Amino acid sequence: MDWARILTNVAGELIAPTTAAYALAAIGLNVHFGLTGLLNFGQAGFMLLGAYGFAISTIAGFPLWAAVLVAIACAVLFGLLLGIPTLKLRGDYLAIVTIAAAEIVRIVGRSTALTDLTGASSGLRGDSYKVTFQALSPFPDGTTTLGPFTYANNASNSWWIRIVGWLLVLLACLLVWRLINSPWGRVLKGIREDEDAVRSLGKNVYAYKMQALVLGGVIGALAGVVYVLPRAVQPDAMGRPMTFFIWTILLLGGAATVFGPVLGSMIFWGALMLIKTVMRDVVPATVMRTEQIEQFGWIVVGVTLMLLVIFRPQGILGDRKELAIDAR
Amino acid sequence: MPVDTTLGAVPHSPGAPKPDPILVVDGVRRRFGGMVAVDVEHLEVQRGAITALIGPNGAGKTTLFNLLTGFDRPSTGTWTFDGRPMGRLPAARVARRGMVRTFQLTKALARMTVMENMRLGADRQPGESLATALVPPLWRPREREITARAEELLERFRLLEKKDDFAGSLSGGQRKLLEMARALMSNPVMIMLDEPMAGVNPALTQSLLGHIQALRDDGTTVLFVEHDMHMVRHISDWVAVMAEGRVVAEGPPGSVMADPAVIDAYLGAHHDTDLGDDALLEDPEGPDEAAGSAQRREERP
Repeated sequence: MDWARILTNVAGELIAPTTAAYALAAIGLNVHFGLTGLLNFGQAGFMLLGAYGFAISTIAGFPLWAAVLVAIACAVLFGLLLGIPTLKLRGDYLAIVTIAAAEIVRIVGRSTALTDLTGASSGLRGDSYKVTFQALSPFPDGTTTLGPFTYANNASNSWWIRIVGWLLVLLACLLVWRLINSPWGRVLKGIREDEDAVRSLGKNVYAYKMQALVLGGVIGALAGVVYVLPRAVQPDAMGRPMTFFIWTILLLGGAATVFGPVLGSMIFWGALMLIKTVMRDVVPATVMRTEQIEQFGWIVVGVTLMLLVIFRPQGILGDRKELAIDAR
Repeated sequence: MPVDTTLGAVPHSPGAPKPDPILVVDGVRRRFGGMVAVDVEHLEVQRGAITALIGPNGAGKTTLFNLLTGFDRPSTGTWTFDGRPMGRLPAARVARRGMVRTFQLTKALARMTVMENMRLGADRQPGESLATALVPPLWRPREREITARAEELLERFRLLEKKDDFAGSLSGGQRKLLEMARALMSNPVMIMLDEPMAGVNPALTQSLLGHIQALRDDGTTVLFVEHDMHMVRHISDWVAVMAEGRVVAEGPPGSVMADPAVIDAYLGAHHDTDLGDDALLEDPEGPDEAAGSAQRREERP
């Protein structure tokens, strides 16, 4: 077994743009669930909308900043639309509505009626919307090798997208850190514990929940943009499984912590890569074919999530003591 | 006592006008399907007094509380608080007007520390808006004031040494104290306590009673729902009795319990509750014992 290659693969996964995108999406979900207690099961919907908003407006000729604003605006609208009817109800309703709404976004996006706009089920090709982002890169064309990693400077799966992606993750972490330790974050935490109590203390719970839903959704939309920059906008790649990976990542790292989502994303994708590459080397093709190993990796993800919520519900960075307290 | 003299001239009848009412309720009804849970023609609550709201189970006391504090909407009716109409205001706005409530089942925010619980009760914290929260210099000064106020209240409620513990680790009685202290963070004009004694260890009862009286002496109006008749007699200046959604009697605690309407209300549905025990009303030394034995009777299968 070639350990050097395996470890390089795993380390590459730790800094991959996809890992950054998932970390960002999990940070958004952390604002929903970890800080406010909102059960959003449609984070992939926010991501897909962000991706569509960005890609379609870029194709229409918008400059980069305007396309990003469109992505953000899509998430804001989606958040308001989901929040207005559901945030006054009990938490479970938000879960039901968000999972359905995310599916609606995906199904509408892949419908043939919208082929001209969204490319239907085949999606939007990466080349059609990457230009403005790549043009912004300060690096010359070509490839750069840094340690064991060799990537293009600007093309699809580039150093440039890695730098921007992780910078966004860092900024989002800073934002969440600032907010968690502010009176605003304190009100959200109170809402997570018992919204009637917070209401009785004169806080407009509905407005706070709406702010949290929209803020987390906007971070999700930016995650969607980072996610599609090295690939294409494929509606079917951004469905329910994506939402559940984000949940796994959040619970793995630790909800309501600042770096939990980042650590969770790195461990999630790193471990998945480790399992897959080791198994490809070790398991003979007669026992499990390559694509079966791929499937097996996802089974491991599911089992991990179950074991996690049973044995370590606070995640890696969470505070066991805090979670041990009976919430009511 | 000044309060007693001002209420001395008030007739002992349901809906009696008070010399200086802070809360005036008119024609408030709340229907749940075919059942009328609350049907209050007229009720006035005297400013700066401790008013108790009593009545048998299901009389509509908590429902009335929920209506007044914006946690429920009446089918019909209006009320004014401090001279301003307040019907149909959402709960948060009611609290910001200065009417803060506590809950029958204590709502301490379990996974927040005692201090965070207290800070959450404060008003006028600019850092509670999303934009300001990002710029600490804009809210730090107010946070310091809030913390000082919280420490002062925690000291008074003997919870100061617990300030960094999770609220969930407190005992039931301490949570009641915390909830009351938290409600006081915003200096409310009127505080509404829903069964402040329920589940509180007898050792704490005395200090809770003291706190409530101290509130009145500081000028806060107190309205509370309570089943503990001993407490009602002990601290309230005025008692309103509800039965089947209506206010059936009002008066000072000594005389109201002798009112035939009250005895009816309690005897009608619950023969064995302690209020129905005549011995309790006649013998000033007896209530504790009588209540105790009534309770013991109830506990026996």
